[in-house]
Amino acid sequence: MNRIQQKLKEDKKILSIYFTAGYPDLEDTVPIITALEQAGVDMIEIGLPFSDPLADGPTIQASSTAALRNGMRTDILFKQLKDVRKEVSIPLVIMGYFNPVLQYGVEAFCKKCEEIGIDGIILPDLPLDVYQEEYEAIFKAHGLLNIFLITPQTSDARIRQIDRGSNGFIYMVSSASTTGAKTGFGEEQNDYFKRIADMDLQNPQIVGFGISNAATFQQATSNAKGAIIGSAFIKMLSEKGTKGINSFVESIKTKI
Amino acid sequence: MKTYQADEKGYYGEFGGAFIPEMLYPNTEELRQNYLQIMADPSFQEEFHQLLKDYVGRPTPLYFANRLSEKYKTKIYLKREDLCHTGAHKVNNTIGQILMAKKLGKNRIIAETGAGQHGVATATVCALMGIECIVYMGEIDIARQAPNVARMKMLGAEVRPALSGSRTLKDATNEAIRDWINNPVNTHYIIGSVVGPHPYPDMVARFQSVISEEIKWQLREKEGRENPDYVVACVGGGSNAAGTYYHFLDNEDVGIIAVEAAGKGIHSGESAATSALGQVGIIHGSKTLLMQTQDGQITEPYSISAGLDYPGVGPMHANLYRSGRGEFISVTDDEAMTAGLLVSQLEGIIPAIETSHAFAIFDHRKFGPDDVVVINLSGRGDKDLQTYIDYFKL
Repeated sequence: MNRIQQKLKEDKKILSIYFTAGYPDLEDTVPIITALEQAGVDMIEIGLPFSDPLADGPTIQASSTAALRNGMRTDILFKQLKDVRKEVSIPLVIMGYFNPVLQYGVEAFCKKCEEIGIDGIILPDLPLDVYQEEYEAIFKAHGLLNIFLITPQTSDARIRQIDRGSNGFIYMVSSASTTGAKTGFGEEQNDYFKRIADMDLQNPQIVGFGISNAATFQQATSNAKGAIIGSAFIKMLSEKGTKGINSFVESIKTKI
Repeated sequence: MKTYQADEKGYYGEFGGAFIPEMLYPNTEELRQNYLQIMADPSFQEEFHQLLKDYVGRPTPLYFANRLSEKYKTKIYLKREDLCHTGAHKVNNTIGQILMAKKLGKNRIIAETGAGQHGVATATVCALMGIECIVYMGEIDIARQAPNVARMKMLGAEVRPALSGSRTLKDATNEAIRDWINNPVNTHYIIGSVVGPHPYPDMVARFQSVISEEIKWQLREKEGRENPDYVVACVGGGSNAAGTYYHFLDNEDVGIIAVEAAGKGIHSGESAATSALGQVGIIHGSKTLLMQTQDGQITEPYSISAGLDYPGVGPMHANLYRSGRGEFISVTDDEAMTAGLLVSQLEGIIPAIETSHAFAIFDHRKFGPDDVVVINLSGRGDKDLQTYIDYFKL
């Protein structure tokens, strides 16, 4: 069983952290991953930086631009991650945009991920139908879960379709927004979280976008299996660097 | 029959489609499900054509360029899109899309612009309809295209600087897409070229197809035949070219010629010749040819013409290139500027620098004395006067 599927079976709320590989410094990738595991994070999304990240707000854009300027490349990331499984055992997901994967070669990319011990991939701009027609067999052959997104605007019929096409979790975008655009959830989000919970989907949902602290983490996970923090973590990194990781994760896990 | 039009999923051969994050799916899906039906509606067609006639000034003339023809010993016709209201073909599309937005019940318009021509054409139709208009423009472009920024503001639009990435057209497009993600219900995004996710390339091509539709009947009047031997247009994203080729795409008796901007030379590192330098990839939701690093990062193109420096090309054109249906030629800054000056002095028409690239075709390629060559004169050169002045030290 894939590490993600195993983790989802645990009787706990999942805290997943996203960071951009190569930021703040090119060689920070593995130190960040090990520090996150030690701090008690359940899953990590390693961001493969892209020049034109359409779905991201200013924080992740800036970290991507900085990472590319630092010299991050797909092959460098794979080199950095080569021995990562000797150090960490929690699920690792690569999140990025489709074009860099396409240029690397989808098959070659998936093969590398399998060798390293990556468990899943999130490519927001690889649509469900294209994935199923052209790439699903490749992902599966390399033991990789492909994670799809839903938003408050996604129709019930399409959510069902995505649920049928998924075999890990569904990435539930909290509001109609780019990353890091909103702070805090209102009635609208709560209704949406409940609506999705009531659909009784076969895949658990993990909420992303707009989660920045213990309060939003608990709110997001009251109806969902877990939550993902990205922009707030990157903001912390840009202020305090890797030494701020432990206290950041602790602050999220504080019960309020 | 082999077709070079889009299929129902928005593919031109292997190019096109909709590679968009789920956040954009409802927006583009709403458009995809409705655009053909709305465009086929007689009341839509009537309003569209009425506005093209009374407001834009269509049909634009098809003019036999006597002195140019004499010089190059072939029959050259100019399709005078430069005479459209706002000075270029861009307005054909913005008129169509603003009517589309109204039919879809949208009350807020966003657009991207590079040189500012599409921004002005969008601000114009928003003023005409009394709809809120926000135009994203790269911070660098705002600085170098001050007159068009002023025009947009005077027309009542808000110009928002794109501060991310390279702060030019591709980043303005990213910002517009992000705005659409954040405003999925009330907003329509008027894309200015035949780029972006399906159905945009097909929809914009259909709105611009009025150009080739007119060429057909105008040429029948002048030459007694509907089909020229060649149609020629400059290609950045490719909207004027798509409109010029549209009704000739599937008639292989008509030669299709696309002229791209080579900038300072294809291999100079400062170029926008996407067909020559591009690889298959994804940009702004479309699978097409684009200029990128080996690692799949999108690179910044260069051309003296701000309207041609897009790192990708519309999927229709990528397919015309890849299939061999279209002949692609790239022209340097110097060749384009020289051709622009020549047309000014032989025909009394100062073309936009984008269009000057198309005129440089005659230095690259010979045509027979009886060949009928139609060049789309996509825009007028008023906006480029300063660049011409600096270049020629006028």
